[in-house]
Amino acid sequence: MLSKRIIACLDVRNGLVVKGINFENLRNAGDPGTLARRYNQEGIDELVILDITATIEKRKAMVKTIHAVAQEIFLPLCVGGGINSEQHAHTAIEAGADKVSLNTAAISNPELITKLAKCYGSQAVIVAIDAKRAGDQFRIYVRSGRQETNRDAINWAREAADRGAGEILLTSIDRDGTKVGFDCKLTAAVSEEVTIPVIASGGAGNFDHFVEVFKNGKADAALAASIFHYSEHAVINLKQHLKTHGIPVRL
Amino acid sequence: MNIALLDYGAGNLTSVRKALLHLDAKFSIPVSPLDLDSSSALIVPGVGNFEATVALKHEWKDAVLRAITRGIPVLGICLGLQWLFDSSEESNNLLGLGVMPGRCTLLKCDNYNGFGTFKVPHVGWNTLHITRSSWLMDGIKDGDQVYFTHSYAAPVTSDCIASTMYGVEFASVVQRQNISGVQFHPEKSGEVGLRILVNFLAKIGKGN
Repeated sequence: MLSKRIIACLDVRNGLVVKGINFENLRNAGDPGTLARRYNQEGIDELVILDITATIEKRKAMVKTIHAVAQEIFLPLCVGGGINSEQHAHTAIEAGADKVSLNTAAISNPELITKLAKCYGSQAVIVAIDAKRAGDQFRIYVRSGRQETNRDAINWAREAADRGAGEILLTSIDRDGTKVGFDCKLTAAVSEEVTIPVIASGGAGNFDHFVEVFKNGKADAALAASIFHYSEHAVINLKQHLKTHGIPVRL
Repeated sequence: MNIALLDYGAGNLTSVRKALLHLDAKFSIPVSPLDLDSSSALIVPGVGNFEATVALKHEWKDAVLRAITRGIPVLGICLGLQWLFDSSEESNNLLGLGVMPGRCTLLKCDNYNGFGTFKVPHVGWNTLHITRSSWLMDGIKDGDQVYFTHSYAAPVTSDCIASTMYGVEFASVVQRQNISGVQFHPEKSGEVGLRILVNFLAKIGKGN
């Protein structure tokens, strides 16, 4: 049976892993290569490197960081943050990324999704959606959650899939860094709308939150950062917890 | 050892190159089909659409068939496995290499597994069920997990040495004499994947 994937996210700024709350108040969590090695040993299924400042400060992908992490692991590696051109995506992939994640650029230049899917295959193109509740709806924000758009997250997820995205990385801005649990309603709504895998992100605070997002949120994968960064053996303990609750995992 | 790593423009080779370097394998990317005649092994990687194998028509296809006739170890990865078969539902215009009989088909299943229907593409870690023992799977246990990302898959035939369930059962590892194929990505499948690559490398220069 296909396992539910546990993905660790390395939010990287100036070559160091940082983590904020609601996209703000960043604090240092260590060297990306060292963390990648530890996660690999603990049994992480996949890694995402997000250059969380790239879009705002127009910083190009951190080739050195990607390279350092790629040398440590033989697992799927996704890179995102400020990727806005074919050349930029190419640079990340050449440096060792298996997938690139598009966020702001996918909204402003949706043809980029199709171009990259044609060039590298859909499996290499993740569209990241940062969504926030607005009444009964989920509104998309861009530029690292700083700019509201008038786009609906669920419609956009479907369009992104139609344009060639291979996976959706769905982050709840309301939950990001709060440790109160994933937004299962948002995740289930998107997961039911598209036929491509949906990675839930934002809000993981304990192991039961993962059980909820796989069962009620219908997520195909779950991504977290701080729950893994600050606690040794969290990945293996989490997977054992999931297994006990009947969720298929790679152990 | 001189492994020819075919680059026919289907996706990126970075991760395969990285894994081979990590395992101290000597490899090169052939620029002409004639380069294959001096290679001691052949790896056909690839991700994406079956149509991408159009670049392997004519001289390249002939060169791969000559390499197979010489009996050197050949490994197809992902799309490279599918190309070993007669054809694929993904392309009506192109034939595969045809060294394994069968047609690759779209993974399609409406069953419910407790977590929803089976999404396509099939992305993630899934289980190997070993159906026949082989040097390629030395040290690999039934139930070990590997990383897949694909929408089409090869049928379970007498060439299948390991299968995987995703709504339907498909061939995840195939082998006929020295020709092998893996539907998953050994270069992204942690220790299990590296072990399979090590087994392949160990076969180079050893004959049958």
